[in-house]
Amino acid sequence: MDQLLQHWVNGMVLGATYALLGIGLTLIFGIMRVVNFAHGELYTLGAYVAYGFVSLLQLDFFSSLLMAAAAGFLFGALVERLLLRGRDLGSIDEVMLIMIGVMIIMQNAELLLWGGVAKLVPSPFAQEPLVFGSVAVSPIRLFVLAAALVLLVAFYFLIERSRLGMSMRATFQDKDAAKIVGVSVSRIYTLTFALGSGLAAVTGALLSPLFVVNPTMGDLASLKAFAIVILGGLGNLAGAALGGFALAMIEEFGAGYVSTAYRDALGFLVILLVMIARPQGLFAAKERVG
Amino acid sequence: MWNSPRILAAFALAVVLPAAALAQDTIKIGISEPLTGPVAASGTYVTDGARVAADLINSQGGVLGRKLELVIEDNKSNPREAVNSAEKLILKDKVPVMMGAWGSTFTLAVMPKLVEYGVPLLVETASSGKITTAGNPWVFRISPTSQMEAQAFGKQLASFSPAIKKVDFLSVNNDWGLGAATEFKKMLAEHGIEVGRMETMAPDATDLSAQLAALKGSGSDTLIVTTGVEQLTLAIRQAAEQRLSQRIISTGGSFPEQLLATPGPKGYTSTHLVFFAPWALDRAQHPEVARQYADAWAAKKYPFPGLTEGFRGFDAILTIAEAIRVAGKAEPEAIRQALWQVKVKGVNGDIAFAKEGPAGKESGQNAPTIYVVQLKDGAVTVQ
Repeated sequence: MDQLLQHWVNGMVLGATYALLGIGLTLIFGIMRVVNFAHGELYTLGAYVAYGFVSLLQLDFFSSLLMAAAAGFLFGALVERLLLRGRDLGSIDEVMLIMIGVMIIMQNAELLLWGGVAKLVPSPFAQEPLVFGSVAVSPIRLFVLAAALVLLVAFYFLIERSRLGMSMRATFQDKDAAKIVGVSVSRIYTLTFALGSGLAAVTGALLSPLFVVNPTMGDLASLKAFAIVILGGLGNLAGAALGGFALAMIEEFGAGYVSTAYRDALGFLVILLVMIARPQGLFAAKERVG
Repeated sequence: MWNSPRILAAFALAVVLPAAALAQDTIKIGISEPLTGPVAASGTYVTDGARVAADLINSQGGVLGRKLELVIEDNKSNPREAVNSAEKLILKDKVPVMMGAWGSTFTLAVMPKLVEYGVPLLVETASSGKITTAGNPWVFRISPTSQMEAQAFGKQLASFSPAIKKVDFLSVNNDWGLGAATEFKKMLAEHGIEVGRMETMAPDATDLSAQLAALKGSGSDTLIVTTGVEQLTLAIRQAAEQRLSQRIISTGGSFPEQLLATPGPKGYTSTHLVFFAPWALDRAQHPEVARQYADAWAAKKYPFPGLTEGFRGFDAILTIAEAIRVAGKAEPEAIRQALWQVKVKGVNGDIAFAKEGPAGKESGQNAPTIYVVQLKDGAVTVQ
């Protein structure tokens, strides 16, 4: 029972981080349909911004989160403006190749700038864990969970309830119809890509005191983010968030009660089973193709 | 008589010839190390150590009157890339000898290429027994096998208080981690110590909370962790976060150097089997060599904690240089033969190779010194 609770707490924290990765990619991959292989690199960018501000410039961690979000947002906007503007986003090959190029350039630039040796970002909180009975959790993990939940709710309202979110969804459902009703389609494209990128960067910064920061950390993040978006259902924000928590819980309890050696395999096995039973993902409605 | 094409040709020769002569004047040593990827820290430090040794040897006139030239390739913490890097070093750079490839998985991947092309490899880091028992006569290892480490640790068991009664394992899921767990289990069984849970982690995993939560209720008093520097740092930090009651002991020479500057919770202690303890240079078998290495490392402004891994590269290059000197020429077969005769005073201690593996195809294995150090609140004590 004690172990069960500890696994549940761990799963919640991991799930919150997966959910953040998932909703960032859902904006770009799920809604815009850009196969963004550079998503993990934006996550890495955020982590390095945090490292630069906290460890090198001795600034506080919380400001570094805002700086990381801003850096990710601006970088995302630039990528969309310079590389994706005017491209046919329906042409998966072309866009995918561009994003693979961005990924390779970003990863190598990080390597050139920071070197291959991993960096550590100190936690802004006390190192001593908080203990609730038999469950122990560090203050930074609780902060990550809280921050992630706030971001998830904020993005849910932004996309599902706000006028901007409605414009976004309208644009990617039918660009021409959105134009006719007065939506600035080009602005929406830039904004959506920038928001998704900013979210990836802030996730990287948020997690930097939990893990180590290195130029290849984005590879695993990208892989997980795609798995989560596909599991939750393309373009479904709540689905991506729930998909993140679902994957984390499968990994956590699978490792705890089945085998740690197959921790990642169990997650992907469940995704395969979901794809067989519900090809549209857990939380998305079926859509017409072609 | 001196028309312009001839002048141009003479000018070109004047430029090219000295460069060619200079290129011929160096002796190339190929290096394949993980400079990027999950174990980049270790690979970078080992490569730095190799640079320190090469500079030192070159400042003393080089070997056979020629300077050493390190040709360094990044194997990207990936066995496939390790093979690519070895082929590039052998076929394009034509190195007569190599150092590498950090870790059993990468080294085992490279080994068939050594036989194919006939080039010796000085293995500076790798602990799987298979490396020297597979019947590859081109392999010479200066680092200890997991079995040697387990035996050395077995002699220290009595020094732990409270006594070690039950041990869990957390190992990276590759040849190194699984091999070390097998050897340590065997040793513990010989000492009548119970073995509890055995958990593994993918080499690039950063969140180890599930593994640690599974170990939390195991009832063991000790957890033996085998992985690279980065993952070891994460394991110790996350174990402290989850208040794991087991004492952590790491194997394989990895030292969580990041915890020196950014320690975990106060009072949390971890124990590490390392092959060089820069905190106690006088304890080295050859303190003068250890000091020379540490001073040259500091002069290059490399980070102090990297010394614990960097010495591997330093000792490897000293050994290769000595083999070239003994061979009298920089040719692969001559260097291989000479490696059997070398006796080097290294940072770790005396380096010499004993034969291991099937008769007629033996590999060389050195018997290095192993130190036990404790890390608590960012301070280290050598036991």
